[in-house]
Amino acid sequence: MSSQPLLEFQALTFERDDWPLFSDLSGTIKAGEILQITGPNGCGKTTLLQVLATIQPVNRGTLRWLGNNIAQCLQQYLAIIAFIGHKPGLKLSLTPRENLQWLAKLQPLTRCTSAEALARIGLAGFEDVPCYTLSAGQLRRAALAALCMTQATLWFLDEPLTALDVEGIANLEALLLEHVAKGGAVVLSSHQPLVNPLVRTLALDTMAEAGL
Amino acid sequence: MMTLSGAFFGVIRRDLSIALRHRGDLLNPLFFFLIVVTLVPLGISPEPARLAAMAPGMIWISALLATLLALDNLFRADFTDGSLVQLMLSPQPLWLLVLAKIIAHWLVTGLPVVLFSPLLGLMLSLPEAGFLPLLLGLILGTAVFSLLGAVGAALTVALHKGSVLLSLLVMPLYVPVLIFGTSAVQRAVDGVSYGGVMAMLAAASAFTLLVAPFAAAGALKVGING
Repeated sequence: MSSQPLLEFQALTFERDDWPLFSDLSGTIKAGEILQITGPNGCGKTTLLQVLATIQPVNRGTLRWLGNNIAQCLQQYLAIIAFIGHKPGLKLSLTPRENLQWLAKLQPLTRCTSAEALARIGLAGFEDVPCYTLSAGQLRRAALAALCMTQATLWFLDEPLTALDVEGIANLEALLLEHVAKGGAVVLSSHQPLVNPLVRTLALDTMAEAGL
Repeated sequence: MMTLSGAFFGVIRRDLSIALRHRGDLLNPLFFFLIVVTLVPLGISPEPARLAAMAPGMIWISALLATLLALDNLFRADFTDGSLVQLMLSPQPLWLLVLAKIIAHWLVTGLPVVLFSPLLGLMLSLPEAGFLPLLLGLILGTAVFSLLGAVGAALTVALHKGSVLLSLLVMPLYVPVLIFGTSAVQRAVDGVSYGGVMAMLAAASAFTLLVAPFAAAGALKVGING
């Protein structure tokens, strides 16, 4: 495996209503790494994740994937990333299986079937009930089931632990560990400390990157 | 499996099955269309000659307003629950997925209006010569309404009071379609050739079909960030 960082961001600046949310933020994400973005509410964790996932444009700065500017290889980059926002992205009138099958038509979700993914994440038996009957934690699990299926190497997870119970968190951590062991990388935002020792943190409030 | 056609038809099938599970939303524009046209004889005059004079305009105006009614939700529901972001993060070309959403939207809003228009023409005693241009014109016209409306819906997707702005944005663009659509029916009723007017409508729908998916995809990229 090359030592070249999977993702590199240089001098990222993002302003909202002329107010800088973060400025001159630089860093790298290497294969096999879990990067946790921390910071107080409203400091720009979600925005940073959205910028890295190309959902929001940056005001200034560059994003490089394996050394290539992302603007030049956007389609290829989109094929290797998975993003789960704090909105689960599920249609409440559809079932978890239907939601995942729809997503699998749009994104590379080919590692296993939706039924296997839902069983793995602890939603066996809920494949075919409408999502509006699920609890918040079950909805979160259904959204995270896409991670079991995806071929993406770079995961962006915005507050993935929200509403999850102890077992759900353990499931997710096992999933993250398995992913990074295979050479993937994860960027997540969370207020809770993960028990995983591999986690490196990026504190947005102080703009200082620890553990580099 | 991730294929171009799989993604395209996957989006259409999903939007249709969502529409079928929200029958209230599905029937709302159609009911609006039916109610407005049904009330015209009651509110104005049941006299066939007067109704026939108004029929083309009344049917077209209510068809326009019925599509406008359902337009706001084209992207907004997906934006609210986060699935729009997943759609936009697909490596498949966004304009194609947007086109699939527009087609699904037309199938549940435009098509029912088209199918019910002959019945309403009958209720408003539209002369027999007017039925074919009404049907043809509405097929082309509602397609333009959905395609152009998608651009406006994409631009206003993240705005809280977006629906008012949306109406203001797309209404001026709908006006030429309305003028050509009603005049095609009127000309047929008057016994004049309506081929030229219909050709204009066909050209407008072909042009918007080519341009609107790209414009709406671009507008979405701007629109989701407020």
